[in-house]
Amino acid sequence: MDVMPKWAEVVLVPLISLILAAILSALVILAIGEDPVAAVKLMVSGALGSTYGWGYTLYYATNFMFTGLAVAVAFHAGLFNIGGEGQAMLGGLGVALVCLFIPWPHWTLAVLGATVGAAAFGALWAAIPAYLQAKRGSHIVITTIMFNFIAAAVLNYMLVNILRPAGSMDPATARFPEAVHLPSLHEMLAPIGINFSKSAPANVSLVLAIIACFVVWLLIWRTSLGLEIRSYGKSGRAARYAGIGSVRITMIAMLISGGLAGMMAINNVMGEAERLVLNAVEGAGFIGIAVALMGRSHPFGVFLAAILFGFLYQGGAELALWTSIPRELIVVIQALVILFTGALDNMVRMPLERIFLAIRQSREAKATKAAE
Amino acid sequence: MNFLALFDLSVLDTTVRLATPLLLACLAGLFSERAGIFDIGLEGKMLAAAFFSAALASITGSVWLGIAAGIGASLVLSAVHGLASITFRGNQLISGVAINFLAAGMTVLIAQDWFQQGGRTPSLLTGGRFEPITLPFAEALSTVPVFGPIYAELISGHSILVYIALFCVPGTWYILFRTRFGLRLRAVGENPAAVDTAGVSVVGLRFAAVGICGILCGIAGAYLATALQAGFVKDMTAGRGFIALAALIFAKWRPWHALWATLLFGYLQAIALRPDIIEGALGFKVQVQLLDALPYILTVVILAGFVGKAIPPRAGGEPYVKER
Repeated sequence: MDVMPKWAEVVLVPLISLILAAILSALVILAIGEDPVAAVKLMVSGALGSTYGWGYTLYYATNFMFTGLAVAVAFHAGLFNIGGEGQAMLGGLGVALVCLFIPWPHWTLAVLGATVGAAAFGALWAAIPAYLQAKRGSHIVITTIMFNFIAAAVLNYMLVNILRPAGSMDPATARFPEAVHLPSLHEMLAPIGINFSKSAPANVSLVLAIIACFVVWLLIWRTSLGLEIRSYGKSGRAARYAGIGSVRITMIAMLISGGLAGMMAINNVMGEAERLVLNAVEGAGFIGIAVALMGRSHPFGVFLAAILFGFLYQGGAELALWTSIPRELIVVIQALVILFTGALDNMVRMPLERIFLAIRQSREAKATKAAE
Repeated sequence: MNFLALFDLSVLDTTVRLATPLLLACLAGLFSERAGIFDIGLEGKMLAAAFFSAALASITGSVWLGIAAGIGASLVLSAVHGLASITFRGNQLISGVAINFLAAGMTVLIAQDWFQQGGRTPSLLTGGRFEPITLPFAEALSTVPVFGPIYAELISGHSILVYIALFCVPGTWYILFRTRFGLRLRAVGENPAAVDTAGVSVVGLRFAAVGICGILCGIAGAYLATALQAGFVKDMTAGRGFIALAALIFAKWRPWHALWATLLFGYLQAIALRPDIIEGALGFKVQVQLLDALPYILTVVILAGFVGKAIPPRAGGEPYVKER
């Protein structure tokens, strides 16, 4: 029997970890001579106080949903995919090639093509580390880190030497054609009478991300493949006894993971920039780690955590604009969230388990006393 | 074609200077991983050390206070890593990732608060930096053919930290393979239960290893900010912690091999700065991006076991739980 009730496991532990991270973040803000309460107020009004703020919050959240799901799927298979950053970079390359070289008649078709391109390139970039882990036993964490650096070099080469339009100094592709322009939330919501900010980058990819959350939930909890992935993640040896091939599961889980990370590019490359630039991913691949940890690798948790991080990202940008707190505060908060919800999980869990154990023991003692 | 130009003295000199932080970080990782604690937070520890060493050196004007502060900062992060991965038996990889981000964020945050120069420290002046040391007779011997220039340019004229790093190689070898502490440290990375049965503290040994790792990362970071460059700039470690990890795998967790591996990666970094030399020597242009990616590609090839198999310490990455 579990020591803790399920609600404590799912809600209480992450919540306490989050509160600890928040307290430390507040102390950091105090230490650099700013007011944490004012900072939070500014972040809330900047990120949630207008449709413009919401537009940015949801735009970032869309990125983080994809990368968070990517990390979560790998976690379920017991794999730590640190390579979301590189996979998202390659996904961007896939989107750019699809958008630039295929004459799409309409964005609805283009977005399907771009999804395939992004997922294929992202999955390809995850496939090599996955294959090396499954067949040759090379540690997937190290290889995916290496592949992040190699991806940066590949992207740099493609943009500087091949995809850069003649005469342009900027290492970026040409602008995508008008036909592949994805509708922004402003364009989507205007017909039903909601006046959403015109300049915010949130777009139809948000819907795709939410669909992806749902599909991943179906896959992990409602299919036999999902069961196989989860059992392999819990115990590789037991899964092998049950006839679940480790090579197969490692490959499938990493292909899905890489594909999801790559699909982030639909949002940031096709939806926002409408061209591929060098630093398109901006660390979103790494934020996926924090998002997956905080969301306990559950798609709904990832959804909520992605929105929280979207808020932090946009709020942090506002802080940097109006106060002397640099944007890097978000990196610190991200680190603290990873630390407390991931690495120091037991620090929160152990005392809680002790409390619940004590409660139960006293209850059982009372029950036996009453029986006597 | 002139292949010898690839080994121009100035390139080799740069190799030594660029290999030094890699070597220190690599040896740091070696101690930690030999004791069974994976450390992908080398990058973060170096970065924190780089900032605090430059900051203190700039405020006090003393480079020695700077390096002490750098080591201290690195040790604090080591303690966090130890707390998470040894005491609370958390995931060592996740802890390392957290430490990297913590350092990346905090250094800029504090730099902005202390110096208001956009996340950097002021440039260090004389006294705030480690100056090159001219070894005895370097001037006098420089006219001797072959040996003279090598001694004067390549061996002499580095900062003291370069020589300390080189000295750390036999030092590490001696500690790990010729002392009781080293034997126990290696044992705790292979079979902690056996060490525990022998009555030696697994937790104590692992904390000691993580502490040594912190000190070496601290020196590596201080070298970056106070010897290689004059001051701290945002993200100045630029992936060196990961290259050091790559070198560690390349070296198969052995000190002398770590020296050769880091010299190789240092050489790749040095030659990447001189595309003109490569073109002159090979007769064709090599893409800079390929040169940048080469250490990482090499590591993947090594990890894949195509060039000898790299087998990590057996208990690496797993928290030790006493049997009950």
